Amino acid sequence: MAANPNAAPAPPSDRTNHGMRVVVAWLVLSAIATPLVAVFVGHLIPPGNGSSQGTEQVFDNTLMLTVITPILCLLAVFFVYGLRSFHASSSGAVLDGPPLRGDSQIQILWIVGTSVIVLFLAGFGTFELLQNGAGGGQGPDPIAVPGGQKMQVQVIGQQWQFTYRYPSLGGIESNQLVLPADTDVELHVTSLDVIHSFWAYELGVKADANPGVDNVAYVKTKSPQVFHVRCAELCGLWHGYMYNNGRVVDSAQFHSWASQQEKLYAAIKPFMDKPEADGGAPFGHTYLPAPERRAG
Amino acid sequence: MTDAAVAPSPPLWRRLLGFNLLTGVVLGIGGWYVGWFGAHSIVGPSLDYFGDIDYNELSVYLAYIGGIVGFLVGLGFFNYPFARLRGYPPSLREKETGGWTRYFSLCTDHKVVGIQYLWGIGLFFFIGGLNAMLIRTELLRPHHQVFPAGTYLTLVGMHGTMMMGMMSSGILGPFANYLIPIMIGARRMAFPRIEALTFWLLMAAGAILTTTIFFGGFPTGWTGYAPLSNEGNPGMDNYILFFALVGISMTLLGLNMIATIVTMRAPGLTWTRLPIFAWGVLSTAVLMVLAAPVLVAVLAMEALDRTAQTTFFVAAAGGSNYLYENLFWVFGHPEVYILALPGFAIVLELLPVFSRKPLWGYRLAVGGLLGVSLLSWFVWQHHLFVSGINGDLRPFYMLSTELISIPTGFTFLCGMMTLWRGSIRFTVPMLFCLAWFFNFLLGGLSGVFLSDVPSDVTTHGSFFSMAHFHYTIMGGLVFTFFAAIYYWVPKMTGWELNERLGKIHFWTMFVFFNSTFAPLFAIGFLGQPRRAVTYASGLQFLNDWVSVSAFCLGISMLIFLFNLVWSLGFVKKPAEANPWGSRSIEFQLPSPVPVHNFDRIPVFSSDPYGYGEGPPPSWVPAGATAGRD
Amino acid sequence: MRVGVKLVLVAAVVVAAGVMIGFYVSNLTTLAGSPAYSLPVQNVNGHPVVNLEIQTVAAVGPQLSRNPDWVSYLVRNTSGQWKRETVWSLPANATVHVTIYNFDGASGLRNPFLARPQGMAGNRIMVDGKPTDAVDPNEASHTFAVPALGIILAIPGVADDAKDQCGYAPCPMSNAHRTIKFTFHTTTPGHFRWQCFVPCAAGWIDGFGGPMQTIGYMDGFLNVKA
Repeated sequence: MAANPNAAPAPPSDRTNHGMRVVVAWLVLSAIATPLVAVFVGHLIPPGNGSSQGTEQVFDNTLMLTVITPILCLLAVFFVYGLRSFHASSSGAVLDGPPLRGDSQIQILWIVGTSVIVLFLAGFGTFELLQNGAGGGQGPDPIAVPGGQKMQVQVIGQQWQFTYRYPSLGGIESNQLVLPADTDVELHVTSLDVIHSFWAYELGVKADANPGVDNVAYVKTKSPQVFHVRCAELCGLWHGYMYNNGRVVDSAQFHSWASQQEKLYAAIKPFMDKPEADGGAPFGHTYLPAPERRAG
Repeated sequence: MTDAAVAPSPPLWRRLLGFNLLTGVVLGIGGWYVGWFGAHSIVGPSLDYFGDIDYNELSVYLAYIGGIVGFLVGLGFFNYPFARLRGYPPSLREKETGGWTRYFSLCTDHKVVGIQYLWGIGLFFFIGGLNAMLIRTELLRPHHQVFPAGTYLTLVGMHGTMMMGMMSSGILGPFANYLIPIMIGARRMAFPRIEALTFWLLMAAGAILTTTIFFGGFPTGWTGYAPLSNEGNPGMDNYILFFALVGISMTLLGLNMIATIVTMRAPGLTWTRLPIFAWGVLSTAVLMVLAAPVLVAVLAMEALDRTAQTTFFVAAAGGSNYLYENLFWVFGHPEVYILALPGFAIVLELLPVFSRKPLWGYRLAVGGLLGVSLLSWFVWQHHLFVSGINGDLRPFYMLSTELISIPTGFTFLCGMMTLWRGSIRFTVPMLFCLAWFFNFLLGGLSGVFLSDVPSDVTTHGSFFSMAHFHYTIMGGLVFTFFAAIYYWVPKMTGWELNERLGKIHFWTMFVFFNSTFAPLFAIGFLGQPRRAVTYASGLQFLNDWVSVSAFCLGISMLIFLFNLVWSLGFVKKPAEANPWGSRSIEFQLPSPVPVHNFDRIPVFSSDPYGYGEGPPPSWVPAGATAGRD
Repeated sequence: MRVGVKLVLVAAVVVAAGVMIGFYVSNLTTLAGSPAYSLPVQNVNGHPVVNLEIQTVAAVGPQLSRNPDWVSYLVRNTSGQWKRETVWSLPANATVHVTIYNFDGASGLRNPFLARPQGMAGNRIMVDGKPTDAVDPNEASHTFAVPALGIILAIPGVADDAKDQCGYAPCPMSNAHRTIKFTFHTTTPGHFRWQCFVPCAAGWIDGFGGPMQTIGYMDGFLNVKA
């Protein structure tokens, strides 16, 4: 195993064009693998088609997989070929390799190549993000706002459950998130104590619930379904149990659900609407910011 | 470790007395109680605003401060300042000879400190690993089973905090402390006493974090997010003190490294002849010096929130949790490069030796290390993509995060081109370096998904990001940590490690590492959040697979431990001076390296990578006309 | 050193490490847990019926805890003693009659919505014998909530000026208290956490530390068994 630090250089008999072989193998492998990945793997990536934002994320993930497949292929070809071709002989003296100290052409090619990929990905991600926010929490002043009518729902995190308040339905509140199908929803996520993160998995929505902050996220629901809500930010003892089901229902079912809830919560309504200044519980009022505050 | 020459040693009991670890522990425990009862006698059993609490937060902090001071007094850190105050002459050296006991006391020999670091960090690495095993045991079933709810969070927090805190110094502590003075042709570090201090502070920190279980644990994970940390039990204070001590230790370690590399290079060792490992250490040290103080500051604010109720992070009282998140990640993102960069450097340092070719693109490699070091300051808000930060910032942080893959790509290119047409030997350290390419490639490419905001919406805070950073940190740092152990420990101890066991260790670790963490990408995509003790019952098969793989990974670590004990304790086969045929200067010295490294300071005339370029120059001038004594 | 001595040393270190690890793990498994309590089941017309009697106290007292000032739930066991055990085993598809004696004052709810009793039979609770379908959120002292079963109810507190307030638990029934009764039904087997939503752990900045985040005080499980 020991080798002399002064080992002789390898005899320069190896005239094989290894570089060309690697490039050709890489091109062939990429040409086969990339379309296969794009077509057969991409669409399997969650979160699926539960919402417009979810569809957008699936597309985004598919594109990124397509971009990184050739990179994976290059490294795979390089290492499989390189480690098979360039290892020292298991017996006999260890010879030195050729003293190559760099090649400015390869360096420039590499820098340009990685830069192009990176800038493309950043540009594409920004473009996708600005379409409709991709379901992520955008803070109190969202920049990617879908046009048209939006139903507002306030998501209130506390240790340890989410509740949902519907200002457009007379401020009713529910333990379960129920949304009408094919509707643009504006979620206002906030917290009453520590940081939580509202994650509606199938809808492709995640927004941190911060105390005293209104974090806005958008989602456009599609067909009726059941989805899962989990807390995605460590929030204490019952963090692992802070989950629930939500439902996307058609508009008739949604309205009958709403009127049912209104009846059920009529008893508590006066307390919920009472402002804190008038002796109501803190956060008793619906925690949506006034329009003029939103403008800033 | 071979100090047979030490003249008649006093009996054991006599050597146990004096300034050493034993005294340090005794005085540390004593100091803890002095601080505890001292604080109680000053402020009473409970402060007004803690009317309901059975403990007094202030006394917790004063107890630990007393304990740390006592520990350092016992180790003898105050002897020198007091000696100077009393007019004794300055000395740069303490306990640089004196048999095995110097490993248990303040020693200013950088080689002793390096070996202390190796064992000390190794100990806490195994405690962190034990916690990982317990986490995976708990996750064998979809609902909580073994540990009471809440204890799981403590386990997750202890695992993450221990690994992050200890492994930040995982390469710089043992290997840079040992090797940097040798590689740059010096006899010591710039500040040898501070060098020892960084190690003992880290050990005090590790003890404090491990004992958090006696104080109720802490619920926050390694990020310690406020305001949840304001609610935590006294165990939370152990987290704060641990990370604050780690931060102080890292800052001092980094300063020491920078000062040493900048000022103490031997004649002829120009910047372009510096070993790439030293460049990696330098770029890491810069990050440490600039990032760790931010951590100490944010933890000081959190400690004030908990003791004096300053409400820095409490929204209801005018604070903001974003303040904590931003400050933490201003430290936290450079921190992950503090973990990753030494790994890059070790790969680039070892590849030329085992492919018998010069390091390809030296300047590009240095540029890559420095570029990562610089860019790592501009990416931290990608941890907050969905947190409700200003929406306009997200495209910028998406761009900066993706840009960092360009300098990282330099490391890949230089490494791959160094292998190209080389004469590759598949030794144990080389296998770990090659595995780095595989692991870091998967880690890096999965990072592309996390850096992209639309994709991050689903993967953020899920097991996907957990798999990602285990691929980059365990696959990137821990693999190179083992490469460095197999490569340099024979040099450090003078005894060979068993190669067959090393290969068994490598292959089991590589296979089970991937078998453990690759399915976690899928688990994360399928919707399992991090740090949650429950998961969807449909994910049980994957989770069980991961758990079993993790246990096998643990067994692989035990194989390594066995190799260490067997080779260094029983076989004791003397290592050659240069077992790998390296042209680097440390391998031109005897194994182990003598106390003062060089008889004469060497003069450098090239970098250590001239494989295939003729015989290496002799560093130590034969005629002894050049160089200093 | 001779090989035998070294082997003994290594064995000693391995044994010591094993003992330390055992100590560590056992410490973790008992850290902040609660013993499970199996509720006695009556059989009424072939249908399982369980009576659950619990009390909420402002200070658990030195008899029952190392943290005497912590707020806590207590459960009455078969021999009539109050125990600090919050992990309860119940049969599936059973009717559970719950009686809560609250000896604590009001703290107020963060989210007034939780003051609407829900998830129990009739979505209604009996407070001191009176049917109630809304508690004043500011009067709430604690909640008893099993979110996975949809059960949430606020427990009104003892008036601040009430006479004969309970100091340390266990509190005799002669002390000022409120009595809440309701009935719910268990369904499928499973582990369901229950907790209090009122930030009632005074002293911590958010009122949600210590007893609120430690099993055995204000949190527990309903282990519903087939």
